[in-house]
Amino acid sequence: MITYINFLVQEIYKILFLLVPILVSVALIVWLDRRVWGLVQKRKGPNVVGPFGLLQTLADALKYIFKEIIIPASANKSVFILAPIVTMTLALVAWAVIPMSEELVLADINVGILYLFAVSSLGVYGIIMGGWASNSKYPFLGAIRSAAQMVSYEVSIGIIIINVLLCVGSLNLKDIVIAQKDLWYVIPLFPMFVIFFISALAETNRPPFDLPEAEAELVAGYQTEYSGMMYAMFWLGEYANILLMCAMGTILFLGGWLPIVDIYPINMIPAPIWMILKILFLFFLFALIKAIVPRYRYDQLMRLGWKIFLPFSLIYLVITASFLFFLDKLPEGNF
Amino acid sequence: MNLTRFLKTIFLVEFVQGLIIATKEIFKKSKTINYPFEKGSISPRMRGEHALRRYPNGEERCIACKLCEAVCPAQAITIESAERSDGSRKTTRYDIDMLKCIYCGLCQESCPVDAIVQGPNFEFATETREELYYNKQKLLDNGDRWETVLAKNIKLDKPYR
Repeated sequence: MITYINFLVQEIYKILFLLVPILVSVALIVWLDRRVWGLVQKRKGPNVVGPFGLLQTLADALKYIFKEIIIPASANKSVFILAPIVTMTLALVAWAVIPMSEELVLADINVGILYLFAVSSLGVYGIIMGGWASNSKYPFLGAIRSAAQMVSYEVSIGIIIINVLLCVGSLNLKDIVIAQKDLWYVIPLFPMFVIFFISALAETNRPPFDLPEAEAELVAGYQTEYSGMMYAMFWLGEYANILLMCAMGTILFLGGWLPIVDIYPINMIPAPIWMILKILFLFFLFALIKAIVPRYRYDQLMRLGWKIFLPFSLIYLVITASFLFFLDKLPEGNF
Repeated sequence: MNLTRFLKTIFLVEFVQGLIIATKEIFKKSKTINYPFEKGSISPRMRGEHALRRYPNGEERCIACKLCEAVCPAQAITIESAERSDGSRKTTRYDIDMLKCIYCGLCQESCPVDAIVQGPNFEFATETREELYYNKQKLLDNGDRWETVLAKNIKLDKPYR
């Protein structure tokens, strides 16, 4: 019994050690997003609350907590309440397998990338549930759009991941990073990196693919009927997902926690800091793109996903596979 | 689709150009100001909150001619007058409903003695409706508070009248 409690406390401690930094970094990343957006448009962005406005998100969160939660009379109450919880939980749960360094990982499982992919695919359920349970036009349309969009782009993300896996020969995220010791995959697989990045934008409903919440036509998409803390949870889940996509891109293409060059002064910087810097770099690109692009039309979005990205990544998959096979470069994996 | 356009699309040329421009814009000075802490410049002709002015000896300028009341297109001004003990005509009541007022500046234009003026203050939001029904006392207080600025603005705008 004592050992069981001991084990439980230890695990909870570990989970807290993972979740608290993620929630804090989500808060900071929202600030960064708004700030970059503002600076590109020659505004100042949030700069009043705390130093440089860093506590702005905290102030927003406090406001959301004290706001009234309104549940529409015609809504399916239990599903309506469950939807934001599902979205946030799934966004946070995926972080369990992300390695911040060789030792710093909560769950070092052998099918890490598969788990990551599965959990991020499940994320669409939160949105569908929210849209359907609201029992109102705009959330429903937003949810349908979002589901179609996420499913379409997941296909090409899956094939891009297969590209990387062919080069690595393992599904373990740590192995994927270690395999990039000599050459980050962003160099040989650069087109795949670009497609992954754009698909990640679509997957997380970021501009230019923010059709599910296109305010001009759908008010706020699936979040229309939500208010107070439930809205904040959707929003938290969304940003946690964006960070997750950045982390995934870092692990798959940018060499995870590995330093840029393995020479003396640079490789003294601890591994998690490299990881964080790379995630921040990717997120910075996310934020820049939000500021410069107009929204895609829905048919353009679908055309891009199915008619361009999918065939292109399939062709690249064949090229990668034949390159590895005929040049005898197949990895020494467990197959 | 011709070849250059095709290549441009494939290599996301315009997209990368956009990213570079956006990165450059980040380091440029922003066009907005930290409003409550720093304020933009205001023209001397600014038509903000109303004020009733006095002569330097403390006598009210207003002679209760009621031209402003007559000219006011929104009929926001209400004036009542009476003869004072020294025989001069003065207002007993001078109310402006700031909610009706459209800030057109006609009261200021019509005033023969520069008594009613619109000052540079535009930050007079209140929490209740009643606070925006200005009476004579409030307007005179405004005049006393802003007198230096009001006199300067009238002087600066004189050549153009």
